[in-house]
Amino acid sequence: MAKYSIQVNGKTHEVDVMDDMPLLWVLRDVLAMKGTKFGCGKALCGACTVNLDDTAIRSCSFPISAVGKGKITTIEGISEEGNHPVQQAWEKYVVPQCGYCQTGQIMNAVALLKSNSSPSEQEIEQAMQGNLCRCGTYNRIKEAILSVAAES
Amino acid sequence: MNILAPFQKKSKDVSSQVFKASRRDFIKIGGMLTGGLVLGINFFSCNEKGKKISTLAPNVYLRITSDGEVVIIAHRSEMGQGIRTSLPLIVADELGANWSKVRIIQAEGDEKTYGSQNTDGSFSVRMFYKPMREAGAIAKLLLIQAAAQKWDVPITECDTENSQVIHKTSNKSIGFGELVETAKNSPIPALKDIKLKDRTQFNMIGHQTPIIDLHDIVSGKAIFGIDAVVENMKIAVIKRCPTLGGKVKSFDDKKTLSIPGVIKVIPIKGGDIPPTIEKPLSGVAVIAENTWAAIKGRDALEVEWDLGPNAQYDSTKQLEELTQEVQKSGTLRRNRGDFNKAKAGAKQLIEHTYIAPYLAHATVEPPNALAVIKNGSCEIWAPTQHPQGARDAVASALGINAEKVKVNVTLLGGGFGRKSKPDFIVEAAILAKESGLPIKVQWTREDDLHHDFFHALSVQRIVATIDQDNKLSGWNHHIAYPSISATFDAAVLQAADGELGQGATDFPYNVPSIKVETHDAKAHLRIGWLRSVRNIPQVFAIGTMLDEIAEARKMDPIAQALELLGDDRSITFNEEMVNGTYTNYGENISDYPWETARMKNVIQRVAKEAGWGKKLSSGSALGFAAHRSFLTYVACIVEVSVDSNKKISIHNVHYAVDCGTAVNIDRVKSQFEGGAQFSASLALKSEITVKNGRVVQNNYDGYQIIRMPESPKQIHVHIIDSEAKPTGVGEPPVPPFTPALCNAIYAATGKRIYKLPIDLTS
Ligand code: FES
Ligand code: FES
Repeated sequence: MAKYSIQVNGKTHEVDVMDDMPLLWVLRDVLAMKGTKFGCGKALCGACTVNLDDTAIRSCSFPISAVGKGKITTIEGISEEGNHPVQQAWEKYVVPQCGYCQTGQIMNAVALLKSNSSPSEQEIEQAMQGNLCRCGTYNRIKEAILSVAAES
Repeated sequence: MNILAPFQKKSKDVSSQVFKASRRDFIKIGGMLTGGLVLGINFFSCNEKGKKISTLAPNVYLRITSDGEVVIIAHRSEMGQGIRTSLPLIVADELGANWSKVRIIQAEGDEKTYGSQNTDGSFSVRMFYKPMREAGAIAKLLLIQAAAQKWDVPITECDTENSQVIHKTSNKSIGFGELVETAKNSPIPALKDIKLKDRTQFNMIGHQTPIIDLHDIVSGKAIFGIDAVVENMKIAVIKRCPTLGGKVKSFDDKKTLSIPGVIKVIPIKGGDIPPTIEKPLSGVAVIAENTWAAIKGRDALEVEWDLGPNAQYDSTKQLEELTQEVQKSGTLRRNRGDFNKAKAGAKQLIEHTYIAPYLAHATVEPPNALAVIKNGSCEIWAPTQHPQGARDAVASALGINAEKVKVNVTLLGGGFGRKSKPDFIVEAAILAKESGLPIKVQWTREDDLHHDFFHALSVQRIVATIDQDNKLSGWNHHIAYPSISATFDAAVLQAADGELGQGATDFPYNVPSIKVETHDAKAHLRIGWLRSVRNIPQVFAIGTMLDEIAEARKMDPIAQALELLGDDRSITFNEEMVNGTYTNYGENISDYPWETARMKNVIQRVAKEAGWGKKLSSGSALGFAAHRSFLTYVACIVEVSVDSNKKISIHNVHYAVDCGTAVNIDRVKSQFEGGAQFSASLALKSEITVKNGRVVQNNYDGYQIIRMPESPKQIHVHIIDSEAKPTGVGEPPVPPFTPALCNAIYAATGKRIYKLPIDLTS
């Protein structure tokens, strides 16, 4: 067990956890932030995606000890009212089916659009390929991302 | 518990069951405990300011308060199909409620109150369309009567809209809330006295309505099973015996108990054959303060297993054995004409064997359940498709009365049939009892893939005969796969009627001789049902064989399908079934006949929409297949190209769908979009294999699901405008896509596909 001070959504949190505890479980079990999901635990599905500074990371495979001074943003932190442009686009295209993978999809898309504000279809496919959707919402995800890109 | 849940009979008299509940029965809606907050308890006696409110509760699905709030109970499980939106919108449309203000509450599992809640078999809208309309219409009539009385006008001059009763001629209007006091004291109208809306008056049914959970989902606030929390809750992760029928012999938990956060280690009894769906597997549970400690504790456990009768089982070997087996003659299940005569007189004989692997559900949310036991009662929060089945299973595992078990249904992070089995919920209940703590059982992805209720592997052989006049004269379909029934009764070795009735025995084509035969196949894993069930392998074989037959007959496959369907007629299969019945997805064939006209209609529509016959750029090709499942008629055309590295690109998918009345157009479309992706996964990627009784694949690297770059690019869904009774949409998109894809690949490359997943390199 060790003490860590981490920055999540603009707030500092002190936690006392095992040093190999993945950020995912710190968020979910210790900080009770449930928007970030568990799907595989091995960086294979993207359900647990959060942003570290401006990069998408798989929190299930990112130990708390590696967070350091980096700023974590989760789905709860990208907007106050759930109205980030990416979230709005998701609503406009009614992307979710079961919805379980979608917070990870959104966080991955947010990071993508930060690094590339007008990705091509192919760039979207490459950037989103780590995010599985068993319900098969890929086409609407792509449309939603393209629409945000078109507006920016 | 219903043995063959996906093939169940629907409860016949839904209406009378639903409406007999007294209006004064107070339906207590469970408060979901989340992050320590108690949400949504006791809506009906006080408003937010504590003022007493009264409630009009004409039936179990609907409450209207004197504050004017319309509350609709969603009693079926939401797993992405949109049912928490689609059923309530039917009530709201008939009632004339202001949808943007309607509050939707998820019901707990309670069959007596709500009728069947088993969300499986693409049943929900089919079964509840009429009761939901009646629920709305009864309340509407009560409110109109109250307003008419107040205004002293005939009820025929009144209508409802926007949660108000309106009197057109005088332009008067009054909110629902103000009418509640009067309305609640009038007798409930008889069903015969209510008038349902005419189709032209619908404001929501047949239109597009966004799902009600949309905003919660995109803002991360939606509560799935995995998110349910109660105070002092502990996490359990279980090491289960890797082979079916195996048991814990002994275990050493020293290392486990030394991990910070681990609280207890508890063995779980199980490992019976047949496994059933409600019993846990034999294993050892690690209970910890948090998920990570539980996972680490589980990793540190040393368990010695008695691996039981399946320790040597090898799925590749079983496929080889079944391939031998289907060459013999089997048990006759359907017979028409004389196949041997057709064979003797045939100009050409086409014969192939089709192989398909085990599949896992792999819902992105792995199974999980929370159980709290207090004072002899048990409360569950779980992502379950079947809360009533869970309730009964928990009651029997704990040895208490079902009345003492309450099952709260969360959102499901995918279901596809996996979460209709209550085994994981029973685990939580048993551990809560043994530990005396509130327990959340959390499955990891590895647990999910190793211990699923698998879609069974299968081998089929089809022999088709073409006569001297170039007609398809004979069809002989041999089938071997472990039956779902074997999960409940180990003596079952051949496919059940309900399984065969998913494409095989309901082969609808005008062929003079038809013979369907089944063969022994033993179950070595827990066999379950996966989205569209046995339609998957059966329609893969049938749909690709028909394409091959058309080629042999030098016919266009679509022209052949129309020819083989023949004149407009309703087909019944029962007279040709041998010692069995055609189950028709639990519906009477006279209520939902197999109509060739509807099938021909979707085929013609898809051909037109996809531009069948048009010239494509070189390397691209179209493939076609059509199938009726879950009472819905679907025709599908897939456009692919295959490059020199054998990489398959799916450019376009066209579906034409006749599902009767389409309640929420957007969700019908999204089910078909997702259904194509689901089918693309199993056609191109997914395969479970077993060695030494153990599943080989551990996670999404071994068991693959289609990802965005290779997924079908454009999916076009053409819905037939229809007033017919609504039928299923969750499962019907899956079966025809795979054969249509295989046929397109053949057209593009000249390579026929006889084995799934498709591998063009072999
Ligand atoms: S849970 Fe982290 S990638 Fe799947
Ligand atoms: S919406 Fe269900 S897994 Fe993506």
